[in-house]
Amino acid sequence: MREAVAEYVTDGISVAIEGFTAFICFAAGHEIIRQGRRDLTLIRMTPDALYDQMVAAGVARKLVFSYLGNPGVGPLHCIRRAVEQGVPNSLDLEEYSHGGMIARYQAAATGLPFLPLHSYAGTDLPRANPDIRFLEDPYGSGPVAVVPPLRPDVAILHAQRADSEGNTHLWGLVGCQKEVAFAAAKVVVVVEELVASEVLRSDPNRTLIPGFLVDAVVVEPFGAHPSYVQGYYDRDNAFYLEWDRVSRDEAGTRAWLDEWVLGLPDRTAYLERLGTKTLARLRPEPAPAALVDYGTYR
Amino acid sequence: MSEPGYTANEMMIIAAARALEGVRRVFVGVGMPNVACNLARLTVAPELELIYESGVYGARPARLPLSIGDPTLVSGASAVVSMADLFGLYLQGGHVDVAFLGGAQVDRFGNLNTTVIGEYGQPRVRLPGSGGAAEIAINARRVFQMIRLSRRSFVAKLDFVTSPGHMPGATSRERAGLRGGGPELVVTDLALLDFDNRQREMQLVSMHPGVSVEQVRAEVGWDLCQAAQLRETPLPTSEELRLLREDLDPTGLYRR
Repeated sequence: MREAVAEYVTDGISVAIEGFTAFICFAAGHEIIRQGRRDLTLIRMTPDALYDQMVAAGVARKLVFSYLGNPGVGPLHCIRRAVEQGVPNSLDLEEYSHGGMIARYQAAATGLPFLPLHSYAGTDLPRANPDIRFLEDPYGSGPVAVVPPLRPDVAILHAQRADSEGNTHLWGLVGCQKEVAFAAAKVVVVVEELVASEVLRSDPNRTLIPGFLVDAVVVEPFGAHPSYVQGYYDRDNAFYLEWDRVSRDEAGTRAWLDEWVLGLPDRTAYLERLGTKTLARLRPEPAPAALVDYGTYR
Repeated sequence: MSEPGYTANEMMIIAAARALEGVRRVFVGVGMPNVACNLARLTVAPELELIYESGVYGARPARLPLSIGDPTLVSGASAVVSMADLFGLYLQGGHVDVAFLGGAQVDRFGNLNTTVIGEYGQPRVRLPGSGGAAEIAINARRVFQMIRLSRRSFVAKLDFVTSPGHMPGATSRERAGLRGGGPELVVTDLALLDFDNRQREMQLVSMHPGVSVEQVRAEVGWDLCQAAQLRETPLPTSEELRLLREDLDPTGLYRR
């Protein structure tokens, strides 16, 4: 992870650490904080505790998003401090809706100059963000909202498993991981397990990201904690509640960052600090899918 | 008012569940709407399927989901799809019968604000933003809102319109080309409100037991009109309360 972040995440670029509640690569975000990156544009539909931590650590200059919240808990205190008080630095906001962010990733992924969607009419969002515009449907149905492509410099995407070529299996909330992978200029995939190519090839429908898009594969078990990876570990809700408490003031936030990010050399140290008990508590009971038979055709 | 044998939140959840009678596909968030939809499935809408914006259709959660991305929504669901499919094919494709929305502010035409209190550029309070609410409000066939009555929420003018209700009223939605029907029902802790008039303006339609019209009007920041026939919301039944307390929300997270 250290090498991947050093190589692909440089000051001033745009980074999308995507994942809708699940597969959020905290390991990558923490490494970016440790390496002291500055002036990043952080892109994500739902900035949650990870981007809250990154904003508090001062790595971000701008946020491109559609929903700011600590999911199921409440507001993001650090991002609110940045927006409302400019602490630790001011933060520009570029705001869409979920549908708009998805359409932007799709436009970039498919090489289109914009995409239309049924949204934004009757709202103040186009006033808040002049890149949300309306065009007249050339086929006569009336005005339709359009959004421009969103092409992150780097996407960092967590998943269950990949082979050494970067072909990536992901199951559970697939979110917009595929669209972001195709939209981004560079892709770093972070997985729980590196597996043999035959494992991937035994279930090709499950390959969400093809290896040709992937610039680096990082193996980082529990790398998405405190978010979750379907079938591997549960969301650590206790953490999200704890974050709501510690992030309420600047001092508490700093102390947390010192203890859990800046004061640790890497993810291994983080997991040691977390303790085997916590990790064991988060392991779900197995619920394997029924076998799928692709058949052999000679 | 004497102490009823249920909480205001329980009344809200039960009233929202009853409104789902006969509905097939509901777009739902976490919290009270989620509990209401699960209650509806056990009572008035056995064929109801839950759609979560995280990409889940036909969830069968084994525990109370704590967020719309809870892994318990995935395991055992009928389908888990990408968000592009969820917003494109399921929602924009017109397959959502009812969607639940809430907000920090709502106005008399059911327009909602979940973005900022104060000026957008210099907000007093920065709220979460749209999420999927803008598209949901536009594309769902019908929208139900769940919001506690208070003058802070029911305001004459929104600080920001995040998702459209009936816009400036009457036929504004049709004229703007919005596909879904817009808000139909507002479930509150004191009463039910609907928009069943020519202006599509919010009106008082059903009082929860023991609540007075004056009580409701005192919590609304404009001169609230009322339906020609004002009803009283039927009391929660013992079966509704039992399901809610024993099966759906045993720890009381959402009903207290």
